[in-house]
Amino acid sequence: MKITTKMVLLVAALSTAACTNANRFGADGGTDGFDANATIANTGIVVGSASDPSSTAYFQQAVGDRVLFEVDQSSLTTSGRTTLDGQATWLLTNSDYTAIVEGHADEQGTREYNIALGNRRADAARSYLLSKGVPSSRLQIVSYGKERPIEVCSEEACYAKNRRAVTVLAGGLTG
Amino acid sequence: MMVRIFTALIALMLTTTLSFAQQGPLRIEITEGVIEPLPFATPSFVPENGNSAEMGAQLASVVAADLQGTGLFRQIPSTAFISTVSDFGAPVQYADWKAINAQALVVGAVNVAGNNLTVKFRLYDVFSGAELGSGLQFQGTVEGWRRMAHKVADAVYSRITGESGYFDSRVVFVSETGPKNDRKKRLAVMDYDGVGVKYLTDSRSLVLAPRFSPTGDRVLYTSYETGFPRIYVLDVGNVQRRVLESAQGSMSFAPRFAPNGQTVVYSQATGSNTDIYTMDVSSGRATRLTSAPSIETAPSYSPDGNSIVFESDRSGTQQLYIMPAGGGEPKRISFGQGRYGTPVWSPRGDLIAFTKQSKGRFHIGVMRVDGSEERLLTASFLDEGPTWSPNGRVIMFHRETQGAGGRSSLYSVDITGRNLRPVRTPEGGSDPSWSPLQK
Repeated sequence: MKITTKMVLLVAALSTAACTNANRFGADGGTDGFDANATIANTGIVVGSASDPSSTAYFQQAVGDRVLFEVDQSSLTTSGRTTLDGQATWLLTNSDYTAIVEGHADEQGTREYNIALGNRRADAARSYLLSKGVPSSRLQIVSYGKERPIEVCSEEACYAKNRRAVTVLAGGLTG
Repeated sequence: MMVRIFTALIALMLTTTLSFAQQGPLRIEITEGVIEPLPFATPSFVPENGNSAEMGAQLASVVAADLQGTGLFRQIPSTAFISTVSDFGAPVQYADWKAINAQALVVGAVNVAGNNLTVKFRLYDVFSGAELGSGLQFQGTVEGWRRMAHKVADAVYSRITGESGYFDSRVVFVSETGPKNDRKKRLAVMDYDGVGVKYLTDSRSLVLAPRFSPTGDRVLYTSYETGFPRIYVLDVGNVQRRVLESAQGSMSFAPRFAPNGQTVVYSQATGSNTDIYTMDVSSGRATRLTSAPSIETAPSYSPDGNSIVFESDRSGTQQLYIMPAGGGEPKRISFGQGRYGTPVWSPRGDLIAFTKQSKGRFHIGVMRVDGSEERLLTASFLDEGPTWSPNGRVIMFHRETQGAGGRSSLYSVDITGRNLRPVRTPEGGSDPSWSPLQK
């Protein structure tokens, strides 16, 4: 029963991803996560807010859902590793969540190369999470290349935020 | 559908042969790079019945726009004409055309009968005082009138340059709306000159990099419809599409057809690694061609199908390589400063077009197949994704402008670097792919 619900939520999250909701990672981000939790509210589980440590909002804001990369690089930075340590701990505690790690590149590159580069970044984050004990069955990766920038200026200040791997939770049944 | 109508109805017929083809002074050598465009006149095509007059003017205007758009020809405005052409069969008043310095004269005639359209034309070398080639006649339907005009222009271009034309062709591309951080993309197809845009997908799913099949009937593209990049093949006629199944847990992108139209070469990312694979479209059987731990992507076949050019960062930066079509040791061909990507083999087989990044700028360039004679044709904040005209003389690409208001649009440029022009589309445009010349 529990597994069935989770699968439904995962499917819902995937189709939302296909709708390419750019606000997902914007300043007001995390609508996907709230949607998922709102569904859970119908089952009687309290909707998670940022103060609820098992909520998507807490994962995004308190743990940190993303790590950033240097230009044309896919190796994790020290602060990236720290963030991923937090993500791994959280994922191991909240074991009903699955996640998709989304890799992104800034606009300074060709389309195909940036998809491959975003894939490297997503895989670097996923591999690190796996090394901390998160089961591989709970982590998928996808690359958007340079297709989904969150910042729109053509300067390093924006590029730095666009070169990222974001761990997007799909489905949370704890609470 | 258009294509089918034409295959059925178009008839290429020689009319009376009053003169022989000749090699007069009316000749443009494209390879030399034309400084002074050749002046030509295209009077309204002569209406052969009462309801053809408007069509005659439209046909002449499309023919003129095609020729003028190459940058190789210059249209003489009809206001400068001394004589008019009211009889397709009457002798040409060469002196009147010489006087306004028209070196080439295109005379046409049109007959509209119900839904049937007949178009004839003759090309005259004014200064030699002779016809260049023989008259040609095309038959089709009224709704196909623009294609007939393009065919006339292709014949004129071909007779004067000695090259095949490229006007009766289409372009499939990604039509874009919205700001950078909320961009909507959908596939669209149009005539090469931006007319007749038809949308092939909606913008609910991210779509990238459509590529025409060698016969122009199908398009390969990448879509995030499932949430993950997958390759789809779409029938341009009935807009039916299907996914090309790929390995579980992998991402597939950057597809292109082989010249045989049966094999697809593409990139697949598994784990952290991106490699090049081929797949047989019918059986779905995939073959891995590269296995280095580096990024191998953006593959493109040589026109003979024997080789594949692609980009790889195995050296530490993106560079271009050529390998046998069945896989095997790649040979690096790009050695200049900067990064090279998106290589595309010319339909003539002689050149590779590419995107180059150097010192914070993007360029479209060409080099010979052995990597020699690199030439950069454009420079901007972001130029990317070249595609070849069917005759290998023109390159279309997209240019994205800088900053928060950045917008992508299509451009074309001659391989000489001349004649950089915007290709107008109703919305923003990216990832163009030029079809072969239509039959």
